[in-house]
Amino acid sequence: MAESTAAVNSGMLSRLGNWLQARWQSIITAIPLFWLLLFFLAPFFIVLKISVAESLIASPPFSSLFEWGEGLLPSVSVTAENYSYLWEDDLYVRTYLSSLKIASISTLLCLLVGYPIAYAISRADGAMRYILLFLVILPFWTSFLLRVYAWMGLLADQGTFNNLLMWLGVIEKPIRLLYTQFAVYVGIVYSYLPFMILPLYANMEKLDNSMQEAAADLGARPAAGFFTVTLPLTAPGILAGCLLVFIPATGEFVIPDLLGGGNVLMIGRVLYGEFNSNHDWPVASAVAIALLIVLVLPMMLYHRVQARNAEQNT
Amino acid sequence: MTQDSPYPWREEGATPFIKIEGLSKRFGSFTAVDDVSLDIFKGELFGLLGGSGCGKTTLLRMLAGFETPTSGSIFIDGADMTHVPPYERPVNMMFQSYALFPHMSVEKNIAYGLKRDGVNRSEISDRVAEMLKMVELSEFGRRKPSQLSGGQRQRVALARALVKRPKVLLLDEPLAALDKRLREQTQFELMNIQDQLGVTFVVVTHDQEEAMTLSTRIAVMDAGRFIQIGEPAEIYENPASSFIANFIGSANLLPAKILERHGGVAVLEHSGSKRQFKVATDSTQVGDTPTLAIRPEKILIDKAPLNQCDNQLQGTVREVAYLGKISTYRVETDIGEIIEVTAPNQVRPTGVGHKIDWDDSVHLGWNADSAVLLAE
Repeated sequence: MAESTAAVNSGMLSRLGNWLQARWQSIITAIPLFWLLLFFLAPFFIVLKISVAESLIASPPFSSLFEWGEGLLPSVSVTAENYSYLWEDDLYVRTYLSSLKIASISTLLCLLVGYPIAYAISRADGAMRYILLFLVILPFWTSFLLRVYAWMGLLADQGTFNNLLMWLGVIEKPIRLLYTQFAVYVGIVYSYLPFMILPLYANMEKLDNSMQEAAADLGARPAAGFFTVTLPLTAPGILAGCLLVFIPATGEFVIPDLLGGGNVLMIGRVLYGEFNSNHDWPVASAVAIALLIVLVLPMMLYHRVQARNAEQNT
Repeated sequence: MTQDSPYPWREEGATPFIKIEGLSKRFGSFTAVDDVSLDIFKGELFGLLGGSGCGKTTLLRMLAGFETPTSGSIFIDGADMTHVPPYERPVNMMFQSYALFPHMSVEKNIAYGLKRDGVNRSEISDRVAEMLKMVELSEFGRRKPSQLSGGQRQRVALARALVKRPKVLLLDEPLAALDKRLREQTQFELMNIQDQLGVTFVVVTHDQEEAMTLSTRIAVMDAGRFIQIGEPAEIYENPASSFIANFIGSANLLPAKILERHGGVAVLEHSGSKRQFKVATDSTQVGDTPTLAIRPEKILIDKAPLNQCDNQLQGTVREVAYLGKISTYRVETDIGEIIEVTAPNQVRPTGVGHKIDWDDSVHLGWNADSAVLLAE
């Protein structure tokens, strides 16, 4: 009797084992999927819901999506007013354009600074390569916020740079560095440079040295060889790095707030203002959703290129 | 004109096409190429042969211009190339990895060098088509390198390197990435193309068989130096040292001492067994202690005594390797040395086993002029 129970148990166990074995891949992928669902999609739908609600002076400060009236079915109240408001008040359009401009220029600057650095690291040998890589990653060990505050100290009117320049006699009185667009560019390029360097490095590390030698051998001077061979072959790294900088830079809030003060229009600051100063949650949500739509396009482009590269490599 | 003779290197005072003089390359404390000098003639298919790390690739890269010599000079067709950058040399290279540009089609790969030189469009397309035809890839011009087989890629690399009509074509292990059958076929294609175009080829290889078949002459390298330069047959039949005798083919090496010499034949004594053998020589002195080298295929093997041979041994077969057209036997001989012998399988073995089998007692024999004496 006991024996047969054991047999049944072991039979069930082995069936469970088989089930797990057959489905382990889906089980493992289900974990991050669930994570994304919970922490990305759910908040997204909440924001989406608020963005089509009406602003109220209440708690919460917006109308609810469903109204339970007399009928059996709830009536749904949706408004596109918040979105049309974004279009009507040119502050928002100008802010979006300004954000895109600042993010684009910062991305370009990151690329110009990061490309030679990544190239040098990928061509350094042995231990040196790892030391250089380590130095690129090192700033992450300090809080991002602290590093931005440090830049405030460096750029302030009585800050390190001004004092140094005055001591050297280059300038007589402090020049305005902090709370300018310049400061925002410095902050963004500084903060996002590793996100440019690392994907570029990953791409360049695989670059076969003999490609450039073949170009030179066939008569290409260094500049021609760079533009016809090295640059096209590192294009996937350039694209990855640019998107990793551009996307977060567009929505950046901390850097324009701390280094740009009131002088730099960026969408992150407007969004913050709508939520916290105006308490207009629906408009703030609409600003966020519109930003997402603006950014989804380059992301989709990136994924398509990635998929095509993966296909080519197999 | 030097190219009148098919063997310019045999002529006294012929003008070399590539002249390497006292060339050295050091990387830190490591000397990759150590003070080498070499003359290569127009239209040669010159082989640089050696094991890994012997300096053959560094020498080739100095010819291409990728490495700057530490000292010495390189002349090509009379012009000093020592410090000329690669993009200005009349030299092209076929890389071991082929180094085809993956983002360009086969046509664009081949056209690349011509475009850099500013050749006009119609001439580019003519010459690319001509090259594609030569390497039998006319149908594949629009494909990307990733859509080609290994052998096809090799031919694209060859076409790309030849389209600029270089004075010298450098080939770095050109056949290493191909399988055996394709390698043999490609060897002959390479030789045909070289013959057709008359371009001087310098081939780096670690494969002695490849070097033997391809080359007009071979330079054997070891530790950054040339240890022998000569025609394939010369190197095989008259190796300069026991290292070369074993590196190019294989050889039975017996330590010996010269006892007497009568004209072109010397009598020597095997150091271990004191057995005496005859060997043809014209340079050794009585009392010298050279190494006697005998190629395995120059020794006869038979179950019956080989009285017609100048030198004879007896022994027992310890190993037989049947390779189809030939068999290799390792024979434990009465002088206490294991001797390797190869013999063609001219008679089809009928019945059980081969003619000579494991543990058979056999006679070995070779003539005085079948062996050579090596000083080192």
